[in-house]
Amino acid sequence: MSVLSDDRGQMSDDGRQMSDVGSLVANDSPAAGSSFSDLRPLTSDFRPLTSDIRPQTSVLHHAVYVIGENPVTGFAFALFLLIAVCAIFGPLVAPYDPLASDTAAAYQSPSAAHWFGTDQLGRDIMSRVITATRLDLAIAVFSVALVLLLGGVSGVMAGFFGGWTDRIVGRLADTIMAFPLFVLAMGIVAALGNTVTNIVIATAIINFPLYARVARAEANVRRHAGFVQAARLTGNSEMRIVLTQILPNVMPIMVVQMSLTMGYAILNAAGLSFIGLGVRPPTAEWGIMVAEGAAEMVSGKWWIAFFPGAALMISVFCFNLLGDGLRDIVDPQRRT
Amino acid sequence: MLTQIGRRLATVIPSVIGVIIVTFLLTRVLPGDTAAYFAGPAASAQAIEEVRKQLGLDKSLPEQFGRYVTDLAHGDLGKSLTTGQSVTADIAARLPASAELTLIGLVIATSIAVPLGALAAVRQGSLVDHACRIITTAGVSLPVFFTGLLLAYVFYYQLGWAAEPLGRLSFLYSPPPTVTGFYLIDSLAARDFELFQAAAAQLVLPAATLAIFSLAPIARMTRASMLSVLASDFVRTARASGLSSGTVIVTYAFRNAMLPVVTTLGMVFSFLLGANVLVEKVFAWPGIGSYAVEALITSDFAPVQGFVLTMAVLYVLLNLAIDLLYGLIDPRIRVEG
Repeated sequence: MSVLSDDRGQMSDDGRQMSDVGSLVANDSPAAGSSFSDLRPLTSDFRPLTSDIRPQTSVLHHAVYVIGENPVTGFAFALFLLIAVCAIFGPLVAPYDPLASDTAAAYQSPSAAHWFGTDQLGRDIMSRVITATRLDLAIAVFSVALVLLLGGVSGVMAGFFGGWTDRIVGRLADTIMAFPLFVLAMGIVAALGNTVTNIVIATAIINFPLYARVARAEANVRRHAGFVQAARLTGNSEMRIVLTQILPNVMPIMVVQMSLTMGYAILNAAGLSFIGLGVRPPTAEWGIMVAEGAAEMVSGKWWIAFFPGAALMISVFCFNLLGDGLRDIVDPQRRT
Repeated sequence: MLTQIGRRLATVIPSVIGVIIVTFLLTRVLPGDTAAYFAGPAASAQAIEEVRKQLGLDKSLPEQFGRYVTDLAHGDLGKSLTTGQSVTADIAARLPASAELTLIGLVIATSIAVPLGALAAVRQGSLVDHACRIITTAGVSLPVFFTGLLLAYVFYYQLGWAAEPLGRLSFLYSPPPTVTGFYLIDSLAARDFELFQAAAAQLVLPAATLAIFSLAPIARMTRASMLSVLASDFVRTARASGLSSGTVIVTYAFRNAMLPVVTTLGMVFSFLLGANVLVEKVFAWPGIGSYAVEALITSDFAPVQGFVLTMAVLYVLLNLAIDLLYGLIDPRIRVEG
């Protein structure tokens, strides 16, 4: 009995380490080794070794490991840091006020004063591109977090409980998948109203099937695992098992899923604002900036649409590479 | 085989029902007054009341749903405020433009992606393989509207090779007599080769944009599937039996590797139909995508709803076609199913 409760303590310990990326690899071992209960003491013997290292060092250690493993991922990580700096300190880094128009300086091509040139109202494009990072990233992060919550929880429920829960979640996911996803997002934003919040909601809804399916599969494999039965035996309610045993174990995979879909979420949101949904001018946002520069592109003023488009492309590229890299580490079998 | 098709057809029904329920709900979850939305932003209180009666919005929800389904069965999708015509007629008139663009885009993408992916798998680790990896990773990161603009800038403005990126035909020409609605086919049917050239010139850039977008998933899938087939026992046996590597690769490996690629086409279509909207907006292509975008901007809801429904039904049908095709190519599915 004491071994079992010790086991439970260890599992929730894993749950607490979830935010620490360094535990992603280590986290797989309890689940994999769960059927070999005699191996358990061994793993817990190793624990103190890793927890000796201070958290900061372990993140650093992990970053070094990632870069050593795959230089492309290292490059993507550096790019991510740059994007993060733009998102956090955007208005401070930007050389000009992103909304200040100066019609005397309209349509200037890139120069020393305006690195990315100016647009039809004489606004500095570089400042606008930098400031827009925060909004674009926020839309993507919030929509991915929302779908992680909705899709993750309902997928885990479906996989763990099966039966009607499974059927309802499955039917919901199938119905969403019956639509071309971008078209559905358009319809949702049109119906809910033309706001940024609704872009976040629409992007979350179209990603729902993906998250629900992954979470369902992961929870389904673990529903009869040794540690779950042990938890049941010690008198935990089913709901408690889902929250304390299943969710922490499914989380690492879901985090990978998150980074894989971040790029898609950014693209989707930018696409919606490109066709005039959600973000309204004069707000700086990459999609709408490309739309504003679209007409000037064919008359040779390429810089108005080019720089926001390039920023969009680079950040999506960065997230895709990061997602692939993270996936390779957590789930090496799916490496391509 | 027939029961197979019948069984697959039966699976379409729940999808279509789901699609109809969702599009119905989309109109009912509108925050605020649905009737006011349908009547348009400039409608008077009396007009809104009239629309409410006309749409049956004063009735209960199940009654409204019944009415919605009956209207659909009659092909009635409501009326567009901007064009003043029925949405069904508008969409029917614009659908060929979208279909032509999407199909040509897909054909270009497939004819580049499949050989590229196959070659990358055969020569694993070679230059082609690296090129394939770069293209597939970059391809999924490119915002489709941005690619379109770049292509227009380079090939129209800089090089002057392409036609002006505006619409299906230059204003110098009038469209061919409608047979299929596809300008390329109709102009050939009318034996007007100059017109064919003009239509093709307009089509190249938007189709290429769509092709670049859909290239990545097809190439990636071809490569992965080809790799797994090349590593399989029957290929090794064929090699060991002394067949030339050309025969092994083309007739043994390639044909088998194509099966999963056909399945991926379903996902590719989902992307394509969405990307289509953006490409149509960039190139002022008069298809149903740009129709929906115009309607969205003027808060004209009936066309948007009709558009979403049409796209979803099309997508369900395309998936059905792909599955049936799959059964035709791969006899094992029939036996096992």
